[in-house]
Amino acid sequence: MAVCVAVIAKENYPLYIRSIPTENELKFHYTVHTSLDVVDEKISAMGKALVDQRELYLGLLYPTEDYKVYGYVTNSKVKFVMVVDSSNTALRDNEIRSMFRKLHNSYTDVMCNPFYNPGDCIHSRAFDNMVTSMMMQVC
Amino acid sequence: MEQGPGGAAAGGAGLLLPLSDTEQQRYSELFSLCCSPAPEGGSAPAPAAGGSKVGDLFRASQLPADTLHQITELCGAKRVGYFGPAQFYVALKLIAAAQSGLPVRIESIKSELPLPRFMALKNDIEMRYGNAAEILGVKFQIPHPILEKNSFRRSDEGDKKETKSPPMSPMCSPPASPSNYQRIPLSYGYGKSRSKLEQPHGVSYEARHSTHQQDGPATGNYGSKSALVHSSLSRFLSVESEPQDSSNYPDDPWRITEEQREYYINQFKSLQPDLNSLISGSVAKNFFTKSKLPIPELSHVWELSDVDCDGALTLPEFCAAFHLIVARKNGYPLPDMLPETLLPDYLQPASLKPKRDCALLDSYSESLSVSQQTRDFNRTELETVCEDPTNSEPLILFDVATSIVEPTSVEEMPDKSALTQDANSDDNQALNISTTTKTIPKDFKPSQHLSVKTVVQESNTLKARPRSRSYSSTSIEEAMKKGEEPPMPPPRPQKSHSRASSLDLNKIFQQNTQAVKSGWLPPPPALPPRPFVSQTEQVSEIELHPQMNRAPSQTEESSPMRKEILLTQPPSKPIRRKFRSENQMLENQELTPTSSVTSSLPAVKPHLPAQKQSSKQKRAIQTAIRKNKEANAVLARLNSELQQQLKEVHKERIALETQLEQLRPVTVL
Repeated sequence: MAVCVAVIAKENYPLYIRSIPTENELKFHYTVHTSLDVVDEKISAMGKALVDQRELYLGLLYPTEDYKVYGYVTNSKVKFVMVVDSSNTALRDNEIRSMFRKLHNSYTDVMCNPFYNPGDCIHSRAFDNMVTSMMMQVC
Repeated sequence: MEQGPGGAAAGGAGLLLPLSDTEQQRYSELFSLCCSPAPEGGSAPAPAAGGSKVGDLFRASQLPADTLHQITELCGAKRVGYFGPAQFYVALKLIAAAQSGLPVRIESIKSELPLPRFMALKNDIEMRYGNAAEILGVKFQIPHPILEKNSFRRSDEGDKKETKSPPMSPMCSPPASPSNYQRIPLSYGYGKSRSKLEQPHGVSYEARHSTHQQDGPATGNYGSKSALVHSSLSRFLSVESEPQDSSNYPDDPWRITEEQREYYINQFKSLQPDLNSLISGSVAKNFFTKSKLPIPELSHVWELSDVDCDGALTLPEFCAAFHLIVARKNGYPLPDMLPETLLPDYLQPASLKPKRDCALLDSYSESLSVSQQTRDFNRTELETVCEDPTNSEPLILFDVATSIVEPTSVEEMPDKSALTQDANSDDNQALNISTTTKTIPKDFKPSQHLSVKTVVQESNTLKARPRSRSYSSTSIEEAMKKGEEPPMPPPRPQKSHSRASSLDLNKIFQQNTQAVKSGWLPPPPALPPRPFVSQTEQVSEIELHPQMNRAPSQTEESSPMRKEILLTQPPSKPIRRKFRSENQMLENQELTPTSSVTSSLPAVKPHLPAQKQSSKQKRAIQTAIRKNKEANAVLARLNSELQQQLKEVHKERIALETQLEQLRPVTVL
């Protein structure tokens, strides 16, 4: 369902970015990059409140005609960005949330791996599989 | 000679090696030929063929030397160090295969093969049965296995093809050798005709043989023996030395064998003594990093094995991870999904019982079997077995382990040299290292072809145990606690001065004191109230023992005590308490500088009445003393630190108070 999934580190560099190969990947990279501004904006808007009160799911960051960009930020300022095809009208907010939750869980599992140094690119096969499952439906 | 049924060490090809009856008989005869002579030509305590005779026999097969070499290795004789019946039969079959032009592999011998030919064998040539199956005119020289048989045969000498006379291997006893020698060329000459001749003869002979078998115990033995041999053959040839009941798992490198499991468990213990708890991620990371696998692979292994994704490894998870790493080191690609045999549920070692299912056996087909052999027999035959994971699988020792194990690998230098022949590069190192561990023969279990793994793990166990023991007492507190606990001297007279000697010592050494003896007067006002009165048998109660001076007066004790007394004289000053009673300690510290060290105790000393002089107590006391000294040292350090802190705190307090006073009048105003 997702066209592109990206995990951005706290310092705003990508830990993991993957998009459907058929499309122009560069475009998605650019989209994700620009969406980071929106993410930061949302974070700062909420940031004055306590972290606990801040919602992890940021919702729709910005729509374009072709696709929509959703964002999610963790407590450690790791951001997940998901680009979804606009034609996928069946996608509801809840589904997006659940996808982000799955992403978050997988990311946590990656972090649990002692051989993973935070800040490295994510090469976990389990994580890949999970992302693939989210993206597969697009075809 | 009988080859004990069980004597067939399960070293064979690891597959069911079908041997026809004729083959069996021939092989058994050949085997007996090669066996060292015994009184009745019976088996040696461990039936085995003498190496030299076997060598002669093999050379008689006229195969090239390296083929023979291969055969010996394949059959596992090198592993065992001798030719047991199993090895011998396998070797014979391999020779037959080689002579038939088949490659020397275990698979070759699965099929029906002509009997091996041995030329120029100086032994008796027994062209006994022309086996009906063999039509190739294979010539046989089968020595007479049983003395009785031979004698019986001798009686039948009328035959042209008579059997050789000497019961055992002709090499051993060449009684009728001349005739035999004659027979040899004769047999050669025969060729097909001979075979034809043999056949009827064989038949007749077999008939005789059977009747012969019926006669006499020996023959009966032989008959039963052949049956036994057959059964033993099939038995040992079917499965390796691995737990027979559990083996025969088809080709599953992901199963953990018992030895491996034990090894893993020992490694787990070395990291985490409690088998039911977890190994943290960082500890596991350090440990697995020693395997020298690349980090991404280790990361993947972790992902696979940490099923609950908690960043820590339980015992089954650890075993799975270790197993995956071992497999990877042996060249197996890491799977994408955790094999079900490695799942924690599957591996859950309820009481760590060995999972019988695990057997890396014939699974790998010949490579496996050979590897099994190599593993079992503490030799590596990697030349013939390429990339044999099972070979070194359990033996991948990380540097730590190897370093630990290496010192223990003392014996069996020849093994090491044999092992250095390993072909595999990567595994070589691991193997060489690990094989050094194999060299601990004493740990071989009953099953004689115990795989090296057990040796390894035994050694590791031996190693792990001390490690785990020492593991626990690393911290000071633990040491102190230990210091407290052990000295439960047998009769610690509570509140009695019976242990005067120890008491004295304790006081003198400022070490643990026993329960305060009643005669122990309360220390003079300078000394703060001591807790020991009620408390202790425990050691760590440390009191003020300034009384070194006193010690000499008292001791009828042995001189060591005196020495200790003297030694401890200098550090007599601080009052020490059980570390738990820190408050008191502080108090003591306060008082320590003030209270004079010596004073009061002298008064107390004389109160100690009887001095137990039983040597037992002395010894106990001495050990207690030692431990207490350690505790002492620790507490002394703590003491001094606390004293310092106290002083500082005092200064601060004073400073603050002065400040306060200075400020007060201001505010009041």
